[in-house]
Amino acid sequence: MTDQLTRRELLQRAAAGGAVLTVPGLLAACGGAAKSKAGASSSHKLAKTLHFSNWTLYIDNKPGGRHPSLDQFQKKYGVKVAYTEDINDNASFFSKIQPALSSGQSTGRDLIVMTDNSRYPSLLIKKGWVEKLDKSAIPNIKNLIPQQRHPNWDPDRDYSLPWQSGMTGIGWNSKLTDPVLSMDDLLGNPKLHGKVGLLSEFADTLALVMAANGDDPSKVTDKTFNRAIATIKKAVNSGQVRQFYGNDYSGALAKGDLAATMAWSGDIVQLQADNKHLKWNLPDTGGDIWTDNMLIPKGGNVYTACVYMNFVYGPKIAAEIEDYVNYICPVQGAKQALEKIDPSVANNTLIFPTKKMLDNVHIIDATALNNQKYQTTWQNLISA
Amino acid sequence: MGFFHRHRGLTPYLLLAPGLLWLAVFFLVPLGFLAYQSLQSGSIDFGYAFTWAWSNYGDAIRHYSGHFERSFEYAGIATAIALVVSYPVAYWIAFRGGRWKNLLLLFIVAPFFVTYLIRTLAWETILADNGFIVRTLQHLHVVSPGGRLLATGVAVVAGITYNFLPFMALPLYVSLEQIDQSLIEAAQDLYASKWKAFLRVTLPLSLPGVVAGTLLTFIPAAGDFINAQLLGSPKNHMIGNVIDSKFKELLDYPAAASMSFVLMAAILVAVLAYARAVGTEKLTG
Repeated sequence: MTDQLTRRELLQRAAAGGAVLTVPGLLAACGGAAKSKAGASSSHKLAKTLHFSNWTLYIDNKPGGRHPSLDQFQKKYGVKVAYTEDINDNASFFSKIQPALSSGQSTGRDLIVMTDNSRYPSLLIKKGWVEKLDKSAIPNIKNLIPQQRHPNWDPDRDYSLPWQSGMTGIGWNSKLTDPVLSMDDLLGNPKLHGKVGLLSEFADTLALVMAANGDDPSKVTDKTFNRAIATIKKAVNSGQVRQFYGNDYSGALAKGDLAATMAWSGDIVQLQADNKHLKWNLPDTGGDIWTDNMLIPKGGNVYTACVYMNFVYGPKIAAEIEDYVNYICPVQGAKQALEKIDPSVANNTLIFPTKKMLDNVHIIDATALNNQKYQTTWQNLISA
Repeated sequence: MGFFHRHRGLTPYLLLAPGLLWLAVFFLVPLGFLAYQSLQSGSIDFGYAFTWAWSNYGDAIRHYSGHFERSFEYAGIATAIALVVSYPVAYWIAFRGGRWKNLLLLFIVAPFFVTYLIRTLAWETILADNGFIVRTLQHLHVVSPGGRLLATGVAVVAGITYNFLPFMALPLYVSLEQIDQSLIEAAQDLYASKWKAFLRVTLPLSLPGVVAGTLLTFIPAAGDFINAQLLGSPKNHMIGNVIDSKFKELLDYPAAASMSFVLMAAILVAVLAYARAVGTEKLTG
């Protein structure tokens, strides 16, 4: 049995939910259902408010908590954006919205952002928990950079559009160590013993270690997976690896508890502003690239969300957001627009990577992310 | 007025109702759901179904007995340290605090004005490799050169002890404060030394506080995962970390639910054994 939730089922469940569940449940379900007009039959009427959940520090910011790009959106379309920075990691956020989605209720959000190197975007699509995009409202979709047009988990971008991308590589503190340019060095150099961090995100660590083992991260097999796990296990058991980190590696690296760690490109750009000893590079055998994707959870207002997507896919707005965010922008023309307002950002290769860098990054096999056996092995390893 | 007068017998029940309702809705019902979920099988992709899957319990114990043992070990050590640290403090405040009593108690509770997460993160800084404490201990040869405290079991136990200390200190204070001073004077009048008076009078009378404090500390400590996550290394993870990852990362809700039940049962057994050992009347004073 697949758990694909069609729109009709959603309505049926919402109605049934009222009978057997709670009154608030019914209200929430009806609220969501009344608001949502899925797919082709999308009503072209803007909602009063767009409920947008995003990661922290992931949009342009002005003192006083203002987001100029959102203000411009409101001015242009008369839609107020209720912007919430309530996504800290993919797993926690998924567990927050999962109860509502699985019982056919609206999450109260029109737009969310989740990472494609976690299992969740493909899971959300597979479960039928996200709305189809109304592409007629997104003519700017033509500005999506070609490399991003056909990810294997959403081949025609029917459900998702990239918000930002980032690369995973090795960061190090030049006060404590010579440059760390390979995974072999990171996992084996005795001078780094106990001062090495790996990422708890399955895809990041696996991709870099597999590449270092000479295996292809975009096509994971039992054999290559087990080889990667054995490599990591060895480094953990020897005490080389101190801890598996989420976002929190940055503090440990800046303070000197870590000499070198797997790290995300955009974080290092932001950290370098305060600590010039922090360096970052792709390992010689290659890093990985991941993308945070905008998705419309079931019950969200499709048309309004798509109008917003179209808005941020205009190069000028994309450049304004990029100037603050410092991750990799998926919008063609943003670099040219940014050269006019902030050339130092436009010429930073961590933000607009060179072709050589892009040739040296891998995309993790999406099917491996949803392999429960792999996931269990991984979780048992990082929580030994 | 008239209603309550006519139904005077109902009053206690009406007063109890909010508490009981609260417990029923927010404890018993979720507990029932948890039990139901713990016996399901399936996968997140195809959905979970109720199948009386008792094997979830077997798997939880078989695969993660090491984590259970570590949780009880850390929680036990932290509880013992908290008791040894808190008792003299509570004693001193109760008998010597004088008019500063309330202020001193405030100091004990003060860390609770800061959120749990921030308090634990502060320990990351306190125990940092380049921090004052580690460097001093290295100087004194307690920690080997190049050694560390952060990302070790020591840091995890230290974090737990600190975070749960008020739960130990406050019940101790309450039970010590209630002791009638004249009983201690009487013991001394009967030629008991100060130490003997403490052992024969003060300590036994404070046992209800000791029991309450150890339970309030041990029970949440055994299920804690924040300290192990932030202050430990993968080798120091506790059962709470495994439940967290089963639930959030693996989306294996039945496994997480069954492990929660095993943890609850294990804590219950430990508490009952403890209550038996010290005598149940001590629990209620």
